Amino acid sequence: MTEASALRARAAPAKAAEGSFSGGFAWAMARDLRIAWRHPDEAVLTVAFFALVASLFPLGIGAEPQLLARIGPGVIWVGALLAAFLALPNIFASDYIDGSLEQMTLSPHPAIGWASGKIAAHWIVSGVPLTLLSPLIGLQYGLTPDTLVVQALSLALGTPVLSLLGGACAALALGARGGGMLLALLALPLFVPILIFGAGAAEAQATGMTPMPHLSILLAALIAATVGLPFAVGTAVRIAVD
Amino acid sequence: MNWFYFASPSTFYGLAGRMAPWCFVAAALLAAWGLFLGLLVAPTDAQQGAVYRVIFIHVPTAWMSMFLYFLMACYCALSLIFNTRLSAMMARAIAPTGAMMTFIALWTGAFWGRPTWGAYWVWDARLTSELVLLFLYFGYIALANAFEDPRRGDRASALLAIIGVINLPIIYFSVQWWNTLHQGASVSFRGTSMHVTMLTGMLVMSGAAWMYAAGATLVRVRAIILERERRTQWVRDLGAA
Amino acid sequence: MSIYWNSWSEFWAMGGHAYFVWMSYGALLAALVVEMILLRARRKRALEAIEEERDLEAEN
Repeated sequence: MTEASALRARAAPAKAAEGSFSGGFAWAMARDLRIAWRHPDEAVLTVAFFALVASLFPLGIGAEPQLLARIGPGVIWVGALLAAFLALPNIFASDYIDGSLEQMTLSPHPAIGWASGKIAAHWIVSGVPLTLLSPLIGLQYGLTPDTLVVQALSLALGTPVLSLLGGACAALALGARGGGMLLALLALPLFVPILIFGAGAAEAQATGMTPMPHLSILLAALIAATVGLPFAVGTAVRIAVD
Repeated sequence: MNWFYFASPSTFYGLAGRMAPWCFVAAALLAAWGLFLGLLVAPTDAQQGAVYRVIFIHVPTAWMSMFLYFLMACYCALSLIFNTRLSAMMARAIAPTGAMMTFIALWTGAFWGRPTWGAYWVWDARLTSELVLLFLYFGYIALANAFEDPRRGDRASALLAIIGVINLPIIYFSVQWWNTLHQGASVSFRGTSMHVTMLTGMLVMSGAAWMYAAGATLVRVRAIILERERRTQWVRDLGAA
Repeated sequence: MSIYWNSWSEFWAMGGHAYFVWMSYGALLAALVVEMILLRARRKRALEAIEEERDLEAEN
């Protein structure tokens, strides 16, 4: 057995005692983070993709500084969104294929717990690095320091929502025909409001207006998503596995 | 009265078959009246010119696009909560008509927008969220059909539709939240600023759109029932008749 | 309640906006026709599938 599948084989928690949300959450997040730590290619690729996409725009459109500063917030947000999207299948696909996901649904922990844990791990492995890298990309676009801060803040608030929405779509599309294109059709329309407010926050700051309305709405979306979506993800996984 | 009598595909099939023609008749009559008012009677708008008459189909189809999605999501919720096959079939039956209404709303909006405000398309809040609604319909239909097992498709797409409901308030309130290109609401519960013939025409055409959507959905759900239940005895007997 | 237009040609011209008005109404009409055709075809396919399965069963 390869190391990866050995890790994955420890899918069910050791103790079959009574389950809890936090127990399931902590266990799933730790497991997925351990897997990502041993195999960092996925995490590195996500960040590399973000940097690559951000480089394509100046090369394609022209590197005139004023233009770049104008399109910077939007391009950075789109690049981060696409990179986070590409990392979505990693949440559930491998576990679904080798049967670990089914094992998890049989565990005493509620699905809402370990599903949230997996999504939290996805965010830590994709959303957080993207957020941390965004100031560097922003500098490439000539954005001012205050814009960089707001950009990073908007990503910090928005990427968890993308992980939650995208995670729900990834769970729904498990085992479906159509693969990545289907997932794109499901997830990207749902991402649109987050993109609009996220890029809008950075653009507002860049043009001298206050980003507070946009950031407040992102925070509200984050709260609503955290409260409502884990249940949907758990249900989606159960639908996929039954 | 047994509320669940018509919850079975076999009984609903007959009911839908009897209801659908009446829906279409009502739609045709309402459309005739509405088009008479809108195209022939209502005066031309002073500022916009005759092109404003597109509202008599743009507004009803836009309203229906949102209403049908909401209705579809309700059937999806019912199908998940009660695990009923027919609710899922109704949701699937609504989706293509809803998508068509959304497309026509976008198309007619574009042709109204060009002469009136100078552009076929702008990325303002309401147009963008209506476009997102079209993609939500497509996503629902694609996911529902992406599985070998139709019940799995039912359940997965039902959950997707429910998640997407959040888009509806965004469309509805977007015109208030963002003061951008799209016309503000002229019709509300507090009264309207429109000429009475225009308002009547719009409302009558909305009724026509609703009746048409009901008829099309009922016809489609009958086909879906035939497809899904083709192994049952009552469907076999139907074919023999 | 009187008709607004003075003649049929005025009606079709729609005050110069004929293209935009009739492209809109035309698209709606086309969409309705297409939907009706597709619905009829779907029903026909479903009935044919039932026929086929019944014939297959009758053979066995």
